[in-house]
Amino acid sequence: MKHKKVDEIIDKYDGEKSWLVMILQDVQQEYHYLPASALERTASRLGISLSQVYNVATFYSSFSLTKRGKHLIRICDGTACHLRRSSNIRDEIKRHLGIEVGQTTADKKFTFEAVACLGTCALAPVMTVDHEYHGSMTPDKVRRTLEQYK
Amino acid sequence: MVKLTSPDQLVSYREKLQAARKQDKPCVAICGGTGCRANRGLEVARTFRNILKKKLLGEKVDVRITGCHGFCERGPLVVLLPGGTLYVSVTPDDVEEIVTASIEGDSIVERLTYQMPGTKKRVSRELDIPFYANQQRLVLAKSGKIDPTSIDDYIVVGGYASLAEAITAMEPDEIIRWVEKSGLRGRGGAGFPTGRKWRACRQARGYPKYVLCNGDEGDPGAFMDRSIMEGNPHSVLEGMAIGAYAIGADQGYIYVRHEYPLAVENLRIAIDQAQEYGLLGDNILGSDFSFNIRISRGAGAFVCGESTALMASIEGFSGEPRAKHIHTSEKGIFGKPTTLNNVETWANVPVIIDKGWQWFAGIGSENSKGTKVFSLVGKVKNTGLVEVPMGTTLRHVIYDIGGGVADNRKFKAVQTGGPSGGCLPADELDLPVDFERLTEAGSMMGSGGMIVMDDRTCMVEVARYFTKFLTKESCGKCTACREGLLRMDELLEKITCGRGCAEDVELLEEVGVYVQTNSMCGLGKTAANPTLSTLKYFKDEYISHVVERRCPAGVCKELTTFRIDGAKCRACGKCIKSCPVEAITGEKKVAHIISQDRCIKCGACREVCPFDAVVAP
Repeated sequence: MKHKKVDEIIDKYDGEKSWLVMILQDVQQEYHYLPASALERTASRLGISLSQVYNVATFYSSFSLTKRGKHLIRICDGTACHLRRSSNIRDEIKRHLGIEVGQTTADKKFTFEAVACLGTCALAPVMTVDHEYHGSMTPDKVRRTLEQYK
Repeated sequence: MVKLTSPDQLVSYREKLQAARKQDKPCVAICGGTGCRANRGLEVARTFRNILKKKLLGEKVDVRITGCHGFCERGPLVVLLPGGTLYVSVTPDDVEEIVTASIEGDSIVERLTYQMPGTKKRVSRELDIPFYANQQRLVLAKSGKIDPTSIDDYIVVGGYASLAEAITAMEPDEIIRWVEKSGLRGRGGAGFPTGRKWRACRQARGYPKYVLCNGDEGDPGAFMDRSIMEGNPHSVLEGMAIGAYAIGADQGYIYVRHEYPLAVENLRIAIDQAQEYGLLGDNILGSDFSFNIRISRGAGAFVCGESTALMASIEGFSGEPRAKHIHTSEKGIFGKPTTLNNVETWANVPVIIDKGWQWFAGIGSENSKGTKVFSLVGKVKNTGLVEVPMGTTLRHVIYDIGGGVADNRKFKAVQTGGPSGGCLPADELDLPVDFERLTEAGSMMGSGGMIVMDDRTCMVEVARYFTKFLTKESCGKCTACREGLLRMDELLEKITCGRGCAEDVELLEEVGVYVQTNSMCGLGKTAANPTLSTLKYFKDEYISHVVERRCPAGVCKELTTFRIDGAKCRACGKCIKSCPVEAITGEKKVAHIISQDRCIKCGACREVCPFDAVVAP
């Protein structure tokens, strides 16, 4: 029962090891991160070493091996957003939540990540909270937006 | 259920659809691109449906969520077909007025139409707006008209006719000759001749053969491929199927970046529909040709835009490139002959088969044929997707289509080619956009990102930004790239933080050339371009940072001090409101003052001041 979800995901991809990246994505979608036991089960089912699974899980930036907070805040650090001072937005989020990029608040409410580009350059600078877009951000708008999720 | 088992059946089906759909039936086409969606575009669509239903017009007027219209700066965009009236920046609260005035009535809601800068004249027809009038949209032609989740919409406008023609009336060798003679070159960045790539793969021994689509689009600020995959996914499938037939492949993968969930969704729907209709899968249109496509998602790695890294990722490995002594056309994915092309490249193929290679070769410059889609972003008035013939000048794109620099500030540079490209100054504005000319100038075409920079952009900081990005994205395999970029990042950090010296600038250039000449893959080989191009064209800014200890653009915090010029200040209070740390004080009619102890140099006050009173001397 413990591995039921992971097994279902692997079965969806016919247990083929070439689908490892997509399998890990679906596992992360299920658990909101990649638990160590899920990595072990994946290696075992696909007939590959745990170190290979670990290699892939740590190579790609979208994977997280630690539990994420309830809300995922992403700041776009693409070139257009950067030129429109996404650094100010980043600094404001850091100041407001007391965490750096890549960290989770102590109360596990928020995880803060940066993405190279979200592709919504007309709305720069852009921030997403749980995949909901917030565009034309200013430090003041950051504060007001984050208050809604507290 | 529709299953088409011959080209004639496709023709009949298309005719049946065209007859059933009245050509002049009113349709509200709402942009469903990610940008407009992020700006409440879907809510606008829902509001249209609700209000039309309430007014008993639901059957008489179609509401269609389409692909990206391109004019992202003014989204959400609504076009009323067949007339072609364009409404910009539409909110759900505007919908009732549009329905009453322009659907029930015959008038235009002026305040929602595009307004020409300068003359302030209102322009209501989409094609009369300079942003659109100055483009030549081939690849993007259908995106703003069709629902990307409807294969019928694609078929009605001629979709899959090129595939039918190719697999029933043309030989594979003939198709490859057409693509060769068209002059089509890869649109992903390297610009390799597409026909030559296909021919090499056709001639390679091995089975099965694969065709791959590179939808990784990792360049920050680039969203051309996203818009094609989201807005017209069938054009990519059709192009891949034609290519697979020509090369002798029966398997295909589309590798889509992890950050593009809507593109994955629309491609999935399109593949399922095409299979159902007999346009993909076994025995396409009743022929002997079978071709299946699967989607593979990226997981956040810029390097996976490189062909061998992409293939490694599809195979379930981390995205480490390999040397290409043996080309992937011989041994690619799973060790088999593979053709990898970019999304936009594939989308051009049905156009070439439809219009003929001569027609395609008649567009563009001597060595760069056809059109190119650019994402025009940054400090420009009209941020959006632009498609122009190759050979169009940068000035035409930035000024005639882009409307010029945002807030009427001074143009400083345009960056093309993403992190692999370079920054070109005002002197190069008349450079034609063309593979060779951009490379000669120290930049490159890249995938199509075109980023406009103004006088408040620090070019040293831009070099630092791209270099830092690349240090994170380097796969780590090659010492030159891995260590060289880290050293460059450290030097740029020193310089932008006020701790640099003239020798650091010299060393930076030396390390940059070393990284360029000693890296194995495209990422490493081009990683120094942002730095080397800014050193070439903006050396004086580097010198200011290390000699004067000053950032002329007022960006690098340690080298910037913001002051308010008392002579220009009108005490309007906008700066006080914008300051996140309450560092500005002032009363009515008294020039405001910035407290240097509290100021965090964010520049928010300078951005909002209508009088240019905040200066960074």
